[in-house]
Amino acid sequence: MSVATQEATPAAARPAKKKSKPGLERRPGLNRWLPYLLLAPAVLAELLIHIIPMIVGIWMSFVKLTKFFIANWSAAPAAGLGNYKIALDFDNAVGEGLLKSFGVTVVFSLVTVALSWVLGMAAAVALQPPFKGRAMLRTLFLVPYALPAYAGILTWNFMLQRDTGAVNHVLEQLHLSDGTTFWLIGGNALVSLIAVATWKLWTFAFLTLMAGLQSIPGDLYEAASVDGAGNLRQWRNITLPSLRPVNLVLVLVLFLWTFSDFNTPYVLFGTAQPPAGDLITFHIYNASFLTWNFGTGAAMSVLLLIFLMIVTGIYLLVTGRRSRRA
Amino acid sequence: MRLRSFVAAVAVSALGISLAACGGSDSGDSSGGGGGDATLTYWASNQGTSLDNDKQVLTPVLEKFTQETGVKVNLEVIGWNDLQTRIQTAITSGQAPDVVNIGNTWAASLQATDAFLPFDGDAMTAIGGKDKFVPTALATGGKEGTDPTSVPLYGLAYGLYYNKAMFAAAGLQPPKTWEEMVTAAQKLTVPAKKQWGMALAAGSYTENVHFAFINAAQNKADWFDADGKPTFTGDGNVQGVLRYLDLMQKDKVANPSNAQYDNGTKSVNDFATKKVAMVINQNNANSSIVANGMKAGEYGVVPFPAPAAGEQVASHVAGINLSVFKNTKNKDAALKFVKYMTDGGTQTTLGKPFASLPVLKDAKPAFTTDAAEAATFSDIYNTKSKPLPLVPAEDQFESTVGKAMNGMFAKIATGGTVSADDVKAALKTAEDQVAASS
Repeated sequence: MSVATQEATPAAARPAKKKSKPGLERRPGLNRWLPYLLLAPAVLAELLIHIIPMIVGIWMSFVKLTKFFIANWSAAPAAGLGNYKIALDFDNAVGEGLLKSFGVTVVFSLVTVALSWVLGMAAAVALQPPFKGRAMLRTLFLVPYALPAYAGILTWNFMLQRDTGAVNHVLEQLHLSDGTTFWLIGGNALVSLIAVATWKLWTFAFLTLMAGLQSIPGDLYEAASVDGAGNLRQWRNITLPSLRPVNLVLVLVLFLWTFSDFNTPYVLFGTAQPPAGDLITFHIYNASFLTWNFGTGAAMSVLLLIFLMIVTGIYLLVTGRRSRRA
Repeated sequence: MRLRSFVAAVAVSALGISLAACGGSDSGDSSGGGGGDATLTYWASNQGTSLDNDKQVLTPVLEKFTQETGVKVNLEVIGWNDLQTRIQTAITSGQAPDVVNIGNTWAASLQATDAFLPFDGDAMTAIGGKDKFVPTALATGGKEGTDPTSVPLYGLAYGLYYNKAMFAAAGLQPPKTWEEMVTAAQKLTVPAKKQWGMALAAGSYTENVHFAFINAAQNKADWFDADGKPTFTGDGNVQGVLRYLDLMQKDKVANPSNAQYDNGTKSVNDFATKKVAMVINQNNANSSIVANGMKAGEYGVVPFPAPAAGEQVASHVAGINLSVFKNTKNKDAALKFVKYMTDGGTQTTLGKPFASLPVLKDAKPAFTTDAAEAATFSDIYNTKSKPLPLVPAEDQFESTVGKAMNGMFAKIATGGTVSADDVKAALKTAEDQVAASS
């Protein structure tokens, strides 16, 4: 009986299928090529926007592309590994500068990601149970994310000015300082940079984690509550493990964004970026555009790319292995 | 598969850092048309009080050119922060305007790109001949001994602006030497009134490098040798830089907050609002000073003084030049336009609103009605100015030395000290950066 039924089902279904998609059945050639045709614009865009510039960038890193050749790229003489040697010669000013900016960027990225994640998690958990005003708070928290980056960072630039900025004024009113602290030059520049980047980024963490929290079944918490688990224990034993897939992606994305952040230092410091806030992207921009050495700038970009690929690879390997063990 | 896609995305993002900036800037329409009623694209630098102000000033002047020649001009005014990058992008992409303003200190560096039309015999004749220009101004057009790739449009020079009432109240005369300037500035620094002797654009690398150059020139020191190789760490350079830094460090006549002044406007505003007694700025500060509340006649101008035993250099030969992109399809129209913009009538029309010094022989300054001020700036421009190094690496000199000075001012402002050895070390780093890029 069952065999007869199985045989009968496709035969019975065929006419119905034919009825619903007559055109496709009649033109098998189109049917085969349609997915590729639909994909073609995306592939073309990817090629034009990403792949070709990437190949050009790698080529640039192997030629001496200085001001003498930028009007005629193809005439630039080969530099072999010369640009890489300059970038990696840490006894020379160029290499030393790159190393310093790399160190600044590592500190900046780790602290910014950590702060953004902690703030995002705290806000997402706090706004999980329903209460009056929750919707308003959620909207309010998303303002930095919705605000154009330039406008937001420029406002911070005004607020962090030494004599006229709101930050020093407030600190002085609260008797926490004498109001003469420099925030955009000297050692505090890194503190300011982290604060502004965190302000810009934490709401993305909040949004992502909030979405992740929605997917955790409520009965898990109810059961834990019945068993006498407190909020902290519920968070540690239910929330965190349930959010693991979300967190894996979130932390990686936050790290990659912060490590290649260009807007924040560019708008916050302008052309006068202090050594303490000299992020690697801005450093590469200066190497390329202020000293007109696009070859060395491209070599630095490729080195940054390799570093980020290695970090990403290790991260995915380690987290993947742990997931499999779990 | 997912990992591979992700790695590719990361790769692209990272490379995009350098590449995004190299491509696709909006560079205007350079096609124009070959002849007949050609249309030129002209990138003008910001000279007036705003980009809109520049458009208002230039539009009738350009319309007059169209009436005379039938050549239309598409104008775009570009702020100074963007101009150099826009020019670089135009050179790189080939999508360039026909005619462009450049800072005259960039002339030799831009010439080295081979993207600009040389004003050789024929081209120079077409714009009215080299003899119409002030020789000092024309000398900024490119490397010595070559056909210039830019010609002077607006002349500028530094002067020491001082507040007449503050000087009179303190019983002071306008300073003639560096020592007199420092003494006056110290007397006019009154912390209780939040008043300072001087304002410095100490966070602006372009302003800082100009003063590194001028102070070193007063010590008879050069930044490049005859072969164009950097000689940044000479004693004259180090002492010149230190002397300028000491205005904030040792003499304490400038507010440490000035280390955050990343353009000249902020220091000029402090002077105009009478928070400081002196400011060193180019003559185009006049319009900003008046716009910020100080009346003409309330301030005087003298040459930026050298030490008593020093060389009498008060400024670099500052100003704006005009260049034609070599790949223009409207060469004849572009040369006509350059001739028109550097014509006596146009120069007089633009001299007042843009507060520029004349770049033409025998022309009189139109930027001020104060005869003494006009004479002072003309004298500085013609007899006390020295061109910045006319070498291909000039732009690298500006960025590396200027930024080194930003860093040293920041150190002083935040409580650190900068010694002669520190200056030498910072200049050595700058020198290495230039050498690596040459």
